[in-house]
Amino acid sequence: MKKNANVFSKLFDEKHRGRTVSFLIVICVYVLIELLQAAGSLSSLFKSLLVPACCYIVAALGLNMNVGISGELNLGQAGFMSVGAFTGICVSGLLAETIPNTVIRLIIAIIAGAIIAAVMGWLIGVPVLKLQGDYLAIVTLAFGQIIKSLITNLYFGFDENGLHMSFVNNNVKLAPGGKMLINGPIGATGTPRIATFTIGVCLVLASLVIIYNLIYSKSGRAIMSCRDNRIAAESIGIKVADIKMLAFIVSASLAGAAGALYGMNYSTLAANKFDFNTSILILVYVVLGGLGNMTGTIISTAVLLVLPEMLRGLQDYRMLIYAMVLIVIMLVSNNEALKTRFGKLTEGFRKKKGAQ
Amino acid sequence: MAFFSYLVNGLGLGSVYAIIALGYTMVYGIAKMLNFAHGDIIMIGAYVSYFLLSYFHLPLAVSVLGAVACCTVLGVTIERLAYKPLRQASSLSVLITAIGVSYFLQNGAQLLWSSSTKVFPSVISNGALKLGGVSVSYLTLITILTCILVMTCLTLFINKTKTGKAMRACSEDKGAAALMGINVNHIISITFAIGSGLAAIAAVLLCATYPSVYPTLGSMPGIKAFTAAVFGGIGSIPGAFLGGLVLGIIEVLAKAYISTQLSDAIVFAVLIIVLLIKPTGLLGHKISEKV
Repeated sequence: MKKNANVFSKLFDEKHRGRTVSFLIVICVYVLIELLQAAGSLSSLFKSLLVPACCYIVAALGLNMNVGISGELNLGQAGFMSVGAFTGICVSGLLAETIPNTVIRLIIAIIAGAIIAAVMGWLIGVPVLKLQGDYLAIVTLAFGQIIKSLITNLYFGFDENGLHMSFVNNNVKLAPGGKMLINGPIGATGTPRIATFTIGVCLVLASLVIIYNLIYSKSGRAIMSCRDNRIAAESIGIKVADIKMLAFIVSASLAGAAGALYGMNYSTLAANKFDFNTSILILVYVVLGGLGNMTGTIISTAVLLVLPEMLRGLQDYRMLIYAMVLIVIMLVSNNEALKTRFGKLTEGFRKKKGAQ
Repeated sequence: MAFFSYLVNGLGLGSVYAIIALGYTMVYGIAKMLNFAHGDIIMIGAYVSYFLLSYFHLPLAVSVLGAVACCTVLGVTIERLAYKPLRQASSLSVLITAIGVSYFLQNGAQLLWSSSTKVFPSVISNGALKLGGVSVSYLTLITILTCILVMTCLTLFINKTKTGKAMRACSEDKGAAALMGINVNHIISITFAIGSGLAAIAAVLLCATYPSVYPTLGSMPGIKAFTAAVFGGIGSIPGAFLGGLVLGIIEVLAKAYISTQLSDAIVFAVLIIVLLIKPTGLLGHKISEKV
């Protein structure tokens, strides 16, 4: 009995509260949505947002690892998503006949996406992490653009003779029965839509496990110490380059896994989907949710993804309102004078409500 | 000879990038923020000059002045409303606000003027100047000359006038500058005004070369010019000039000799390589760390 009490107090103490809340929120929301879905009270629009929401949450969690915990601004998260998505599509396309079970195939595709994105993260991390601040940000931006440009010009297919690949010009000649997996600017077409919401939630939970275990470990503390003071961290024997690389790779592989799931959710997907704007969108989720705060990231991603859809009734004005909401939130949460004024406003509102 | 004509075209494109990059680099140098809405100010400038030219049939010079005036007012207003309250906030919050402003301008333009592409009237005659076998179109010539003029005026302004001196002081140390009696807020407003005015000039030059006006017109030139500013060393005015020109030349040569589709990838790959060799850009200052 006493042991049980210990476990509970450990779950809700200062250090671990964030983790518990994150997991509880994800599980509760999942159960709620499944119940609503069973009751048939979800619109098809809302249903179509479920898997993308999971993808963006995982990518945003990864980015929060990079921006919030490691303190490096990354403007190329969509590039890693892109790598993951197209790796996942290729792997799933190649294994379609060997492994008919879609769940296993999806999991293999996600893992493959994560691994290839991690390799790309390592490749790009070697030069990137030598730079600092805004120069680092611009290189990640450049990387995202390069990936988009390369995949837009990639032609990849397979037939009985093996794999065929060409670049810039489509020279892939497939034997009858062959299948094009990536078709240049058109992207991947005819992908079986095997992604499910349950797998998406499992991926969110898995990434939460990875991130929280990393944060609470020795390496996680090292990452945060590098963020807070690079020189002090170096002086107590932390290898700054290695530690930053770890955070960068974890972030990239989560984005890759998210991308793979995303790719499996649409029958057609072009590389243009993962452009600079997508990277920025994910960054907005992270910053609004709070740097280093995983629960905040999950909530802000979900809210901001649903918000434009809820504003759909306002038609043309919805993105304008979205932009204004973004600016006002940033102003109110960062400016002392506005904060107090806003606080008074809500206080007055509450009093009025109480008086009634 | 073909090489030289590509080179001249590259200089023309690079001149436009350089003028836009000046806006990024000045704002970064003084306000220490990445102004992601800069590309959208170019877009507004393009729309304003388009309407002045094709609806009011005003002469080119008046239209350019009108666009410059509109963008200057817009730039200063944005700074007042959105960035000034965030002077003390983290740079990331300011970045997100700038992104919000960028969305706002893009969607506002889409609402006001619809997302359909408008054709910019041809403002500069199509003739070309023969320079020893290389033909240089008047448009390219005017673009390059404008860029040189802008650059000269700006350098003189920064180095010779009292306001320019105050700007240099602010970029080095805002606190110390304020103690010397410089109105830092005022200087930041002036910086935004100049940057936005330059964006309007760049808009007209850009639309004279690629004559279509649409709400997301500014984003790609914006990203390229931002890259150019970093390339040259962000915060450095000659750096933005050099970075813009080099970027333009690389882009045109890559399109001509390697591949049209991959030119963007090549430009950004060169950027990464340059930053590896010179981590603070071509002309950037090395930041010394205080322990």
